Amino acid sequence: MGQTLFDKIWDAHVVSSNEGFPDILYIDTHFIHEVTSPQAFDGLRTRGLPVFRPKQTVATADHNVPTIDQHLPIKEELSRYQVDMLTKNCKEFGIELYGLGHPFQGIVHVIGPELGITRPGGTYVCGDSHTSTHGAFGAIAFGIGTSQVEQVMATQCLLQSRPKRMKIEVNGKLHKGVGAKDIILYIIAQISAAGGTGYAVEYAGDTIRSLSMEGRMTICNMSIEMGARCGLIAPDDTTIEYVKGREFAPKGEDWDKAVAYWKTLYSDADAAFDELLSFKAEDIEPMITYGTNPGMGIGVTQHVPETSSFEAKEQGSYKKALEYMGLHDDETLLGKPIDYVFIGSCTNSRIEDLRQVAEFVKGKHKADNVTVWVVPGSKQVQEQAIREGLDKIFDAAGFPLREPGCSACLGMNEDKIPAGKYCVSTSNRNFEGRQGPNSRTFLASPLTAAASAITGVVTDIREFLKEEELV
Amino acid sequence: MATKIFKHIQTSVVPLPIENIDTDQIIPARFLKATTREGFGNNLFRDWRFDGDNNPKPDFVLNNSNFSGKILVAGKNFGCGSSREHAAWAIADYGFDAVVSSFFADIFKGNALNNGLLPVQVSDDFLKKIFDAVYADEHAVVEIDLVDQFIKIVATGEQETFEVNPYKKACMTNGYDDIDYILSKKELIKEFEGK
Ligand code: SF4
Repeated sequence: MGQTLFDKIWDAHVVSSNEGFPDILYIDTHFIHEVTSPQAFDGLRTRGLPVFRPKQTVATADHNVPTIDQHLPIKEELSRYQVDMLTKNCKEFGIELYGLGHPFQGIVHVIGPELGITRPGGTYVCGDSHTSTHGAFGAIAFGIGTSQVEQVMATQCLLQSRPKRMKIEVNGKLHKGVGAKDIILYIIAQISAAGGTGYAVEYAGDTIRSLSMEGRMTICNMSIEMGARCGLIAPDDTTIEYVKGREFAPKGEDWDKAVAYWKTLYSDADAAFDELLSFKAEDIEPMITYGTNPGMGIGVTQHVPETSSFEAKEQGSYKKALEYMGLHDDETLLGKPIDYVFIGSCTNSRIEDLRQVAEFVKGKHKADNVTVWVVPGSKQVQEQAIREGLDKIFDAAGFPLREPGCSACLGMNEDKIPAGKYCVSTSNRNFEGRQGPNSRTFLASPLTAAASAITGVVTDIREFLKEEELV
Repeated sequence: MATKIFKHIQTSVVPLPIENIDTDQIIPARFLKATTREGFGNNLFRDWRFDGDNNPKPDFVLNNSNFSGKILVAGKNFGCGSSREHAAWAIADYGFDAVVSSFFADIFKGNALNNGLLPVQVSDDFLKKIFDAVYADEHAVVEIDLVDQFIKIVATGEQETFEVNPYKKACMTNGYDDIDYILSKKELIKEFEGK
């Protein structure tokens, strides 16, 4: 019987496996950030322990940072305190910190891959659920709680039970205007926000294969939004090309050895999965969410479901969600006026996302009723965008390019969507209050977000593409 | 380091029959700035519990003095979303010892178990029975026994068994924690690294 990709990587990292206990899994790199680490450092102090492998620990400040004037001290006192605490802890425990002002600073799930720290076959954890992003390289990567952050700091290992394995295949050719974000929003809408709980999900099929690394990261990023433990995609030439030459990627002989190993990382043809799902690329429209969890998504031309289409016991929660969103049964979102557009977050803030948006908005201008924020995922993305002149295109379109951070993805820093306002957002969560108290989020792709910014209403990107073809 | 011991509780319950309660509802991000584990209970369900002017919303269950107890009973897929352990801390800090739902998100479940807060997964049917019992009588008492792994509605005697990872059960009933266990394997870890 063959093995799945997931099992190959898992088995290569098991330190010890004892009947009746979870496995002890070795972690190659532990990413940390300012929000979920302070209590873990305190725990180490209480126990009188050092960080066991500080060189395999990488820190950045992302959640609390402002996205303008980063050269000035953080205004908000508690945010500043938390970021300062990270600096102090990293110094005390000997951890490399890519803090504000550092050329490698950025959202933790953007910098790991772009620095070549995230590689095929590795194990990565972070006190952050979107660690699943790193699985795009054919790695096991997942989010953990703060007690586990402390555990990994103390031992470079994690107690974990092996999850079940699911394979999700997507095959066929995507329609114009449909991209990775639409694929994953579509899958989550099909299987629900809990449909992947308890599973490690491997994405496969020719549509997935055809995606760039950025697209694959967008897909794996949102694995957690269907409840999955992690998501992963077998490495191939696209992966190897991406990693090659990056700051911390292996070099010379080490590189050749690494590539030889990476080429063994795929699910064997006869590997058994606990669950197999398959979707057709042709069925996927540009997607948008209408509710308060990422499973509540529809094709942009479709209508909001009727309350009566749900089971009686689910109707209460459904009504509550629609009420929060200010929507009603059977409403269509197309043409709905919006107030904000947020292009950013660890789902869609990489250079490819910004290039795509810049190409689309070139020569266009945002609608007057909309405020647009474009927030790069890292300092490197920001500088690359500036080198390519994307900032000028954005400026001319009324899409100011800000500085890197989590920004309006989570309403923790200064960038918040005001109460009652609608935001078309390229981030990953539309929970109540996620982008600020009583904010209302429509999750969508960067192209859908950009098109909606131009028109001021929820827009089907394909309408633009049609026109542009005619010109 | 010793953690809280959990074996058995018997108490009234607080019903929250909403599905997909995510950790941003349990504790919104703007309250994650504390650098200690204490005090998060004050902001548990903050935006459901208080309005924009910090006045309690009278229709939210935590503001209804008829309901109290050490068990929170909620709709399916409880704790989805962010990995913030602050969610488990907030629930425990508020005074709950257990959360009952028909389905839990993975990371939340692990975080709860690491903090002496017991997640008890029951069938949809049994969940409905608990809601029915507490809406019929706000003081309805529920018993949870971790040692024998059952949950019971005391008034009617209806009960169901629940699953729990045997290792985690041993930790909770004895107050052990994961780090002590892994630290005892440090030689194996070094050996693994040498390979
Ligand atoms: S961008 Fe959003 S989802 Fe990603 S790490 Fe930051 S807060 Fe979390």
